[in-house]
Amino acid sequence: MRKILAVGLVVALLLPLLTIGQGQPTDTLGRVKARGNLICGVNNGVPGFGFLDERTGTFSGFDVDYCKTLATAIFNDPAKVTYRPLTAAARFTALAAGEVDVLIRNTTRTFSRDVELKLNFAPVTFYDGQGFMVRKTSRINTLRDLNGATVCVLQGTTTEQNLADMARRLGITIRPLVFTDVSARDKAYDEGRCDAMTADASGLAGARVKLSKPDDHKILAELISKEPLAPVVRHGDDAWYDLVTWTVYCTIEAEELGVNSKNVTAQRGSADPNVRRLLGVEGDFGKKLGLDSNDWCGNIIAKVGNYGEIYERNIKPLALERVVDGKPSPNALWTDGGLIYGIPFR
Amino acid sequence: MIGQKRVAVEVPPTLRWLKENLFSTWYNTLLTLLCLWGLYAALGSLLTWIFAKADWSVIPANLKLLLVGTYPAEMLWRIWMALYLVVCFLGMSAGLWGSLLRDTVVVLSSAFLFLALLPFGVNERLLLSGLALLSWGMMGSGWLLRRSSLRRWGARILLGLWVLSPVLVVALIGGVPGNAWLAPVSTAQWGGLMLTFMLAIVGIFASFPLGILLALGRRSELPVVRWLSILYIEIIRGVPLVTLIFMASVMLPLFLPGDTRVDQAVRAMTAFTLFTAAYIAENVRGGLQNIPRGQYEAAQAVGLSSFLTTVFIVLPQALRAVIPANVGQFISLFKDTSLVFVAALLDLFNIGRSILANPNWLAHDSEMLLFIAFVYWIFTYFMSHLSQRLERTLGVGER
Repeated sequence: MRKILAVGLVVALLLPLLTIGQGQPTDTLGRVKARGNLICGVNNGVPGFGFLDERTGTFSGFDVDYCKTLATAIFNDPAKVTYRPLTAAARFTALAAGEVDVLIRNTTRTFSRDVELKLNFAPVTFYDGQGFMVRKTSRINTLRDLNGATVCVLQGTTTEQNLADMARRLGITIRPLVFTDVSARDKAYDEGRCDAMTADASGLAGARVKLSKPDDHKILAELISKEPLAPVVRHGDDAWYDLVTWTVYCTIEAEELGVNSKNVTAQRGSADPNVRRLLGVEGDFGKKLGLDSNDWCGNIIAKVGNYGEIYERNIKPLALERVVDGKPSPNALWTDGGLIYGIPFR
Repeated sequence: MIGQKRVAVEVPPTLRWLKENLFSTWYNTLLTLLCLWGLYAALGSLLTWIFAKADWSVIPANLKLLLVGTYPAEMLWRIWMALYLVVCFLGMSAGLWGSLLRDTVVVLSSAFLFLALLPFGVNERLLLSGLALLSWGMMGSGWLLRRSSLRRWGARILLGLWVLSPVLVVALIGGVPGNAWLAPVSTAQWGGLMLTFMLAIVGIFASFPLGILLALGRRSELPVVRWLSILYIEIIRGVPLVTLIFMASVMLPLFLPGDTRVDQAVRAMTAFTLFTAAYIAENVRGGLQNIPRGQYEAAQAVGLSSFLTTVFIVLPQALRAVIPANVGQFISLFKDTSLVFVAALLDLFNIGRSILANPNWLAHDSEMLLFIAFVYWIFTYFMSHLSQRLERTLGVGER
């Protein structure tokens, strides 16, 4: 009796293993549709990009809005997203393991991530990079004006290295004031111990809000390092990659063509063939992407907004302008001198 | 100070205590004053900050997020209902069985009343006061039941309800598929203090029996059972908790076939349970080793089987001896729930961090972190207080 029980137990434990490989996983879009929501890997701790908003009771931010655009393209409902807040360490593993459908978590596109980690990066949604914050009264407007300035910087980071490289490249002298701790650095800058502070532009914008008089400070438009942030998907599903890519282009192209959430209904009657194709009045781009409706991009613009609106809503509260004193940041449209460039829908 | 001698005869006890303990001699007085000055120097600025400078508006504005996370606002009545249900059972049990449960209910109901004073909306205040009233009412009816002839049946039904309660609570909060009233709410939307509690409660109640089994297994005379128990305990104790949670939450799908998905919260609960069980097992083993041989022999002499000996003679004594160690383990489990950020879950601590990234609240990190620390402290202190009561009730250290 005991033996039979023991054998039965072992068989019962091993039986589930036999089912491995059955129930073939379909394509990502098919799985998302079957599940009824999009699982989006996001950040929950970066000002402007991903955080919890008490007014909506859920996630909010620039990256979060891009999750919403994708959900709107698929379901015509920006709420059909399950947000999975991921740590920096867990994000790629979670994506590779299929825990999330797409990773939109201020992730910098680099060679090793793209190639070695077997990822595909959608178009850049935000060009971050190391920048400088100065006092508005200081008359520092360009990088060269920093000659002789004392600059607050974090110790032992690439930030410090980039600062030294920049000084050598421009042939100027910079006196770095080095800190090991972010809040000590911010405090020193606030107390006027340095003329400028350097960090990633989005980080500077977050730090500025905490200063005693945030309005007295500005962030220079020029950046000295490249941190292009983009949505990421894993290798192996090109159709899904296309959908994520063109969702981003939809928001950018809409801004270029002057289509926004307020005028999108009227624009459907536009005579411009570019607008007509973008909004699905002509052609069947939605069907080609595997979506139910050709109006997918129109839905995105109506329910989430174009690139400019998404930027205004999320990055503007940090007072990080797309154009500072007439000088474009990389996040300005290419027509304004920035790098945000829509790809034609035809 | 001058007239002290004259009035010393009729000083109130507090003053006498002060004099005896703090100002008995001139050098003690000096030391007391020095210490007071030191305390003021250390804590003065903190207290000024807490009461004058800090801007606490971040807490009431985000209270809903901190308590239940991103749970849909129109479904909040389900959480209230679950809370009412548990308080109902708890009050009844307190009336019926008394002792520790009564303490719990008293503390809980005063906590509800205290919460009702906080800046909630009118509805929430009414609901909170209702909870306090209900707990007392149920305690009263439980007490009446205890006096009546239905006592035995009442106790049995109540036990059954307790066994059923996890199912009821999960059905209420998590929802039932296909039910219009109880539409499913995914655990990704559970959060805040509620999630912290769920993780801790499940962790505690699941790891305790598992830990006891492992402890008994480790002392078993069946070699395979013993080796497996030792292997399990030593492996789990040799791995940091974060690693376990990471494995369970991020890497598990790599080992599972196809599109199989295990709920994120269940994975975290499993990781906590497995981890805590190993430590509980070692605590309990310590207790088991303390039982004198004579106890086993006496049990054998009266003809108890080894199963009965374990259940009725050995375990009660062993478990009683290791209450402090186990409660310590549970308290650390409660605090460790904040590690679920690895598992993409937003417990109290991580909700706080996510709120701080909101551009509106960027400059409020000190207030938020202090508040969260205070909440953790309240509950851990309550746990350790209950364990002290439990020890006193069971007479630990007196026998």
